[in-house]
Amino acid sequence: MSDSPIVMEHAEHEARPELRHHFADVEQQRNAASLGMWWFLGTEIMFFGGMFCAYLIYRRWYFEEFAAASRSLSLGIGTFNTTVLICSSLTVAMSVRAAQLGNRKLQVKMLLLTLVFGLSFIGIKGIEWHKKYTEHHIPTFDYNVISGEGSLVKGNEHLLGIDKVENDPVKLRERKVEIQQHTKIFYSLYFALTGMHAIHMIVGVGIFICITWMAHKGRFTPEYHTPLEIAGLYWHFVDIVWIYLFPLLYLIDRKPIS
Amino acid sequence: MATLAVSGERKNYLNAEYGIRSWLFTTDHKRIALLYLLSITAFFFIGGFAALLIRLELLTPAGDLLSADAYNKAFTMHGQVMVFFFLIPSIPAVLGNFLIPMMVGAKDLAFPRINLISWYIYIIAGILYIHCLVTGGVDTGWTFYPTFSTEFSNTKVIEAGLAIFVSGFSSILTGLNFVVTVHRMRAPGMTWSRLPLFVWSHYATSIIMLLGTPVIAITLVLVVLERALNLGIFDPTRGGDPVLFQHLFWFYSHPAVYIMILPSMAVISEIVPCFSRKRVFGYNFVAMSSIAIAAIGFLVWAHHMFVAGISLYSAIVFSFLSFLVAVPSAVKVFNWTATLYKGSISFSTPMLYAFGFIGLFTIGGLTGLFLASLGTDVHIHDTYFVIAHFHYVMVGGAVMGYLGGMHFWWPKISGRMYPEGWGRLAALIVFIGFNLTFFPQFILGYLGMPRRYWQYPPEYQVLNVLSTAGATILAVGYLLPMVYLLWSLRYGKPAPDNPWQATGLEWQTSSPPPTFNFDETPIVTQEAYEYENMPLPEEVTLER
Repeated sequence: MSDSPIVMEHAEHEARPELRHHFADVEQQRNAASLGMWWFLGTEIMFFGGMFCAYLIYRRWYFEEFAAASRSLSLGIGTFNTTVLICSSLTVAMSVRAAQLGNRKLQVKMLLLTLVFGLSFIGIKGIEWHKKYTEHHIPTFDYNVISGEGSLVKGNEHLLGIDKVENDPVKLRERKVEIQQHTKIFYSLYFALTGMHAIHMIVGVGIFICITWMAHKGRFTPEYHTPLEIAGLYWHFVDIVWIYLFPLLYLIDRKPIS
Repeated sequence: MATLAVSGERKNYLNAEYGIRSWLFTTDHKRIALLYLLSITAFFFIGGFAALLIRLELLTPAGDLLSADAYNKAFTMHGQVMVFFFLIPSIPAVLGNFLIPMMVGAKDLAFPRINLISWYIYIIAGILYIHCLVTGGVDTGWTFYPTFSTEFSNTKVIEAGLAIFVSGFSSILTGLNFVVTVHRMRAPGMTWSRLPLFVWSHYATSIIMLLGTPVIAITLVLVVLERALNLGIFDPTRGGDPVLFQHLFWFYSHPAVYIMILPSMAVISEIVPCFSRKRVFGYNFVAMSSIAIAAIGFLVWAHHMFVAGISLYSAIVFSFLSFLVAVPSAVKVFNWTATLYKGSISFSTPMLYAFGFIGLFTIGGLTGLFLASLGTDVHIHDTYFVIAHFHYVMVGGAVMGYLGGMHFWWPKISGRMYPEGWGRLAALIVFIGFNLTFFPQFILGYLGMPRRYWQYPPEYQVLNVLSTAGATILAVGYLLPMVYLLWSLRYGKPAPDNPWQATGLEWQTSSPPPTFNFDETPIVTQEAYEYENMPLPEEVTLER
């Protein structure tokens, strides 16, 4: 009688307070949580996928305008932010490792570092957006890429085909209207994509504040740290989205301007 | 405990706890299913009210009851409420929620709290949508096509879009719960090939919910941004592409019709073997056809856009794929029919709905092929033929299955039997009313009456009057079950644990089930639908 599955199940529920009533054992609970997170990340791929699809179509149609607008993004800030994000993924991985080893101090330290990196990323992104605002590159907020300090035409005359129509004022004006409209599509997608990514970052920071608190309270042991693990999956995913966004938005055509 | 033992009352999920808090904070999948049942019924009436307005307006050729604008709002409200707030959650969130854990032999879904959250998200979305309706409504049609929705409409497009965006998360979370439950929560011995077909079909549905819904979510976000900030990404005069919107929209919204029909097929696959006392014919084929529908269903979306200016070559491919998706649906219909062959068939209420489903779904499916062929589609695109086609699938198919399932599992859900005579009568009324409403619309569409018009030439009036008359009969057919099912809660005969002598784990526990479904985790030793070894149900034995 003592080794019947029901009795064993009951014993496991007694011994492991984190085991919820409807699971037979801890292993099943962990597998369910991680499968759930993987499927959720699948839905996230489809969510961003819709915008990537729109991006790819318009990029093919309006390559010159997309390339010119892409050159206006700061390569330095973008690269720096990419590094920040990759570092944050490293610290997440190290905090999971620390939990596996049962090192609570290191765990909390790594999680705090993750929060610092995450918040820095959001802050730097904010500075970048503000720069776009001052350059009149945010659609509908005094949007202007033709003249003024945010002019995309200057330096990109050849890329945008301005040099071919320079002597024909009618064609030149038409071309400028096109550039204004098509770069606006780029910036719309740029803000939609990076904005959605930033919202995911903010949610991630929120989650990791809770996780850090739980780690501080000693809730994670080498046997049980599922919340940390699946929150980590989410963080890595948001990181990977940026790994795609960075080349697609910043590195369209960075050939030196001759 | 002592008093309970004396009165002999067994604890079940309904009487385990009392009070409003025990319902609003429950994590029991069965109670959440009932919360969903109440809320989708409310939305069914809102959507039905809009249908009533449409049919009354179309009683006469002149636009006399509603103004053109009000008519636009009425059919938009009908479409959006019925699709997003009734059909998509209907069977999965009510019957699926109630039954899937029991069918796989689990105590609950994998994530009970997320299950409750999904209901709250649904309610928030519902409140947002109702707010949008009472502050003026929306007139874009359920499809939100730009540039009308983004630039020209003067109605509450943003509010409606956000409401539907929010409701999407509810269906994503439901789908997530089902997939993980089926993978991770099966009882010992419940292998994949022993799963009831109900579970297989819901598994396929959940995959569509998970992979499709996020796409409509981001599409609606883009529409809202476009409208709020005047971006121009869908405006052809500014280099944008309205057809891109249609691609993104139908990438979800065509698979969404499989979200509506697959759960209904799930119900039929349970009812047909039970009331013909036979093992289902070709279990593997029925199970795999669900997966095939989910997979191919993602590749047919552009058949909604044959006249929208897409390339002829892509249209040919999409036309071919649309024909292909009919194959697994036909496999199901043939297998149900073959299950009936030499079975001991009894014409109980659920079986009547199942017969209705098979017939009407066949008509709905075959007329879908008319629309999938390129040349015919040019003639009947955007006519009442299309309306009739998808109502045969969504009302004749999905709603028939929903009602059949509600009757089949009502004894399990409520612990009471419904009155069989009334049940059969209602099923008959629904079938007659449905056909009278929608068959004339096939003819109207073929003759050229376009959809979404509030006036029409007088020669179409006879058929429109028939349709409106049918809708009234249909309404009676829908109200009847409401009345007698509620009546049965108090006056119905107490239900035995397994009134139909059906196979399936849900019938092995008591009616209504205890909070954790089973007193002991069941151990499965046989395949689904072993009807050869089951005794006949009592009522059937008495009839002979």
